[in-house]
Amino acid sequence: MTAQAEIERAEETETMTVREAIRMALREELQRDEDVYLMGEDVGKFGGVLEVTGGLWEEFGDERVRDTPISEAGFIGAATGAAATGTRPVAELMFSDFMGVSMEQIMNQMAKMRYMFGGKTEMPVTVRTTEGGGMGAASQHSGTVHAWIAHFPGLKAVAPGTAAAAKGLTKAAVRSNDPVFVFENKMIYEQQGEVPTDEEFTVPLGEAAVEREGEDVTVVATQRLVGESLQTADSLADDVSVEVIDVRSLYPLDTETIADSVRKTGRLVVADESPLSYGVHAEIVSRVQEEAFFSLDAPIQRIGTPDTHMPFSPPLEQEVLPDGDDVREAIKLIT
Amino acid sequence: MADYTLETEEGRREALRRMLTIREFDSTAGDYFADGEIPGFVHLYIGEEAVGVGACAALEPDDYIASTHRGHGHCIAKGLDPKLMMAELFGKQDGYCNGKGGSMHIADVDSGMLGANGIVGAGPPLATGAALSIDYDDREQVAVGFLGDGAVAQGQVHEAINLAATWDLPAVFVVENNRYGEGTPVEEQHNVDDLSDTAGAYDIPGVTVDGMDVTAVAEAIEEARKHARAGDGPTIVEAETYRYRGHYEGDEQPYRDEDEIEKWKEQDPIDRFSDLLIDRGELTEEELEELRTEIEAEIEEAIEYAQDAPLPDPSEAYEDMFAEMPPEIERFASQARADGGSLGGDRR
Ligand SMILES: Cc1ncc(C[n+]2csc(CCOP(=O)(O)OP(=O)(O)O)c2C)c(N)n1
Repeated sequence: MTAQAEIERAEETETMTVREAIRMALREELQRDEDVYLMGEDVGKFGGVLEVTGGLWEEFGDERVRDTPISEAGFIGAATGAAATGTRPVAELMFSDFMGVSMEQIMNQMAKMRYMFGGKTEMPVTVRTTEGGGMGAASQHSGTVHAWIAHFPGLKAVAPGTAAAAKGLTKAAVRSNDPVFVFENKMIYEQQGEVPTDEEFTVPLGEAAVEREGEDVTVVATQRLVGESLQTADSLADDVSVEVIDVRSLYPLDTETIADSVRKTGRLVVADESPLSYGVHAEIVSRVQEEAFFSLDAPIQRIGTPDTHMPFSPPLEQEVLPDGDDVREAIKLIT
Repeated sequence: MADYTLETEEGRREALRRMLTIREFDSTAGDYFADGEIPGFVHLYIGEEAVGVGACAALEPDDYIASTHRGHGHCIAKGLDPKLMMAELFGKQDGYCNGKGGSMHIADVDSGMLGANGIVGAGPPLATGAALSIDYDDREQVAVGFLGDGAVAQGQVHEAINLAATWDLPAVFVVENNRYGEGTPVEEQHNVDDLSDTAGAYDIPGVTVDGMDVTAVAEAIEEARKHARAGDGPTIVEAETYRYRGHYEGDEQPYRDEDEIEKWKEQDPIDRFSDLLIDRGELTEEELEELRTEIEAEIEEAIEYAQDAPLPDPSEAYEDMFAEMPPEIERFASQARADGGSLGGDRR
């Protein structure tokens, strides 16, 4: 479905930032379900280092919004054990770069317990984390690692590109009985959008959204690159008609919406901030060539981070960080 | 009320029964592994029976335990059914994990058993998490995390204990110091003499007990359970014990000599406990023999059950990944179903 239709279907919407949309989602889920609670480093009184959980501790108290020691393996492991024993933790991993510290509990426990136990446990855990360059935060606080999780069997991964998607996906993640990672690009926390205020509004896992309809080329984008691609599409509107899809859910991935679009346009640009090799781009390209190979009229283009870490110095960071200009060049190359 | 407690004659007999069952289960599993009927690897608990049984005797049936790669003993101590365990070891559909876990991952969350674990030191964070659920829901349980002496060196173990300690969670951490981590002696892995000394760093109680004495273990865990239930947080209980067999079956054990093993066998936990019961007049030699015969038959039955149980259908490989199966997996699953479960179907 198109994102516009989704918004139009909602009875009421409000303009808010991605940060506010996520906070709204968390607040609503905390209110809706007593089993849900938040945990992480400085999520409580401090309000989260990127201020996403601000105000929730005051509203819900120590039991529901829990500050943890600085121990990613410990609390991601505890969230895993807690999810297996009847509660629904939502853990915040301050920066996705710290995921390696807790990777054992993610890979070998959280992802595998249901399967190894023959289906005898639920795993309703949500992990929220921040990704992305653009802040001059340098390599250890700017990584985009969502391909690790999307690649690893037993885990689900979502990555919103708009405020509405941020709210809807966060709520769907919390309600899911599977482990879901929500990858929030830190550069879009201030991005505004129309968000349904309905408490039952969710974005189902595994559904992409057509954010802008077009005829000549499809841009499949994630996170920050959704907004940048929309702007690029607007700026090119006189010359070329660009369709922009927000992938939203990395795993499961909505192959159908993407393939349908490519069948219509015959051209594809995949734009995702993660490193180019062996990742999200490759997966989307593979699926399109499996499903819509004969519809392709031009080579598929990939926009991403050129297999570097995110450097510190602004000119270096801007050099490697993919943006709307890269999308524009890619579109021009194939139209 | 616990399933069994060392405070009653009946409970003590049940504890002895479970220790004997563990030994018989494990030596039989060792035999069938040697014969090639059990795939993978198995780590036997023989010699350490007093720790698992002592600990579980002090627990309530709905308390949680998170186990280690040496988990058969914990399962039996917790009351899991040897038949379903053996079927799991044989990779059968009727095993506890439908053949998806095997020896190193037997689990039954409904019985409070959060899994044996193939990762050294991974159980304590899960126990902390179970204690978090208990605390969050104001339930009357505790969660016990078992770990080996080698696992004490793992970073995530420290994090798990620290988290449980700072949040006063109802957890107990049981260090089974069986003197070796694979082939490396405990002295070469840690600088402290008593592994319970680390408790000081968390400002929680730490005790070291004779792990060959089921009563001593049970008393320590009971104390730790009370402490945890009172809202005072976790305890580290170190149980000094010994594994008679190699690290895994097939281990040639160049790292230790037979004398050392024989010396520990003089403290055998089953002999010590049965002697005690006989001395007290609670058990006769004949009854002990009868018990052994009964258990041998029970384990033999478990073997027959496991051998006769069906192997999983290949299409089962696609089940249980998620609560909601994504299309990515569904396409393989439906293909396998269409193939009628024949092996080696088209992967696409
Ligand atoms: C993280 C990790 N590192 C290494 C191993 C390999 N390994 C399996 S058991 C074991 C020894 C564990 O020793 P200890 O914790 O003392 O337990 P024990 O075998 O004595 O019961 C090792 C190193 C593993 N499974 N996981």
